[in-house]
Amino acid sequence: MSETLGTDTATDRQSQGAARAGDAATPSPPAVRRRGRGRMRLEIAALSGPAIIVFVAFVIFPVVLAAYYGFYKWDGYGPATDWVGLNNYRLILTDPAFQDVLWHSFLILVLSLVIQGPVAIGLAILLNQRIRGRSLIRVLIFVPYIISEVIVGTGWSLMLQSSGAMNDLLKHIGLGSLQHDWIADPHLALWTLMAIISWKYIGFAVILMLAGLQSIPDELFEAAAIDGASYWQIQRRITLPLLGPTIRIWAFLSIIGSLQLFDLVYIIWGQYVAGTAGTSTMAIYMVAQGRSAGSYGYGSAVAVLMFLISLTVALIYQRLVLRRDLRGAITEGAS
Amino acid sequence: MSARTEAWYSPARSRALRGRRRDKGKPEKWGSPLVYFVALLFIAVCVAPVLYIVLGGFRTNAQITTSPAGLPDPWVTTNYSNVLKSNTFWGEFANSLIVGVASTIGIVVLGLMVSFVIARYDFKFKGAMYSLFAAGLMFPLVIAITPLYIVIKDIGLEDSLAGVIVPEIAFGLPTTVIILVPFLRAIPREIEEAATIDGTSRLGFFFRMVMPLSLPGVVTVGILAFIGSWNNYVLPLYILNTDTNFTLPLGVQQFSSQYSQDTAKVLAFTSLAMLPALIFFSIFQKRIVGGLTGAVKG
Repeated sequence: MSETLGTDTATDRQSQGAARAGDAATPSPPAVRRRGRGRMRLEIAALSGPAIIVFVAFVIFPVVLAAYYGFYKWDGYGPATDWVGLNNYRLILTDPAFQDVLWHSFLILVLSLVIQGPVAIGLAILLNQRIRGRSLIRVLIFVPYIISEVIVGTGWSLMLQSSGAMNDLLKHIGLGSLQHDWIADPHLALWTLMAIISWKYIGFAVILMLAGLQSIPDELFEAAAIDGASYWQIQRRITLPLLGPTIRIWAFLSIIGSLQLFDLVYIIWGQYVAGTAGTSTMAIYMVAQGRSAGSYGYGSAVAVLMFLISLTVALIYQRLVLRRDLRGAITEGAS
Repeated sequence: MSARTEAWYSPARSRALRGRRRDKGKPEKWGSPLVYFVALLFIAVCVAPVLYIVLGGFRTNAQITTSPAGLPDPWVTTNYSNVLKSNTFWGEFANSLIVGVASTIGIVVLGLMVSFVIARYDFKFKGAMYSLFAAGLMFPLVIAITPLYIVIKDIGLEDSLAGVIVPEIAFGLPTTVIILVPFLRAIPREIEEAATIDGTSRLGFFFRMVMPLSLPGVVTVGILAFIGSWNNYVLPLYILNTDTNFTLPLGVQQFSSQYSQDTAKVLAFTSLAMLPALIFFSIFQKRIVGGLTGAVKG
């Protein structure tokens, strides 16, 4: 099942790209001469073998292994013998702490889309003009995305602590009443996290949207203008619909990213404070209850749940939203 | 109608919409001030926190305590020089470099080989092979980390740089395949036919034609791989235990909890740790931004 999803988006992109480039790409790649079939098989095996072995051993196999260990109570040493069936899953799903992290992950997912999406589209439309220093602008807005989560987390937590730069700045510009304990206050912490997430990832969104905008043929704008469409009409009727595929792919990446958010929260709040501050995510729960608690069986079960949740969300998203971008892709991908 | 059209549609505007390529020779036009204002504001928001970290490293702790949001006055360089003189920093820097270079080479070499097969060979399991890697996008590192740690431990690579490098390669492959396959597919068939007529085998074609022709895509993939590996936190967190094996992200976290009272020093360490990725990015920024553009567009 999971196969179809990735393939669809990718095949779709390829077919788009091929069509755009005016490249008369034939659906079937270069035909192979009859003789030398054996040699060809050998080449295929030699060229693709290493990648497939590494990939299966370190990406697919661990996930399968997680499904196996999820049925055991296991401390990570020696073979797992204490079969507990679905007990781990029952414990996780009835744990109020897990319900909390589910809710946080859901909030982060929705808020990321709602906050970053419109802002990124607006900024991209604004920046997609012939202005000076355009390439410098593109570089600078991409800087937060390039810096590692650890550094972003360390820097922001120093700035946002009670005696940090943010509160000092507010005092100096006469907004002293707005000073808060941005990190520990449970009413604020999630919004602080959202602000940091938006800061870190919006540059990526803007760059994607700019790329999408540049692929819209100018003739469409010109034609609409000649037909008397106003600026706003053009944005609504031409820019937004044609930016659709880019927006939908960005949203997909954002959703997957939200569901597996870990580094930032772990660095800024740590696995224990995150619980009380209300910023704990599924991955934080997995690490705290799994590795830190020495319960690898339980942690594996959380990993499986996370995977199933991500997969379900992705498939629903694909069905409901990406469907239009993916016509014919499923059959193509399977062949 | 024409009057209404005129309001926003003008030759200049049309040129603005048309993008850069077509009128490269013409002198640049200044756009509306509002655009510059918003752009500057946005840049300020993006860059200010980074500047805070860098500038904070040039201050003393006393300065930071009395005026957390102030500028360095006077500028002190001892924080930076102390970090640059410490073995901890350079040891972690070296580890990060080894992991980054080794995983990048692994990702590029393995990724290019398998992408070439998927893009240019015709065989039964081609679609399945592509789907296998594309599905990898659904297996993010964070989800797989617990069992992955068990696998690494079982094959005896725990607490070694190799234990970080190998999974890094494995998890870097999906993006690589997805970016490189369309790239390799776009190499015209005529070139391959010409090479065949000239007596080149398909492998010869791979080494003599594909490698040079796909260089831009390979560079993009390589940069993404290097930055991803340089910044990776969760994998080293699980695999590495000994201080001397730490990579920079682990080092930053350890340093900031170890010297939590010495904010200035932490800021200096942090900015030096992000510098390599930033330098790397600014050298290759056109490729990264362009590569992402390509990945999304087709």
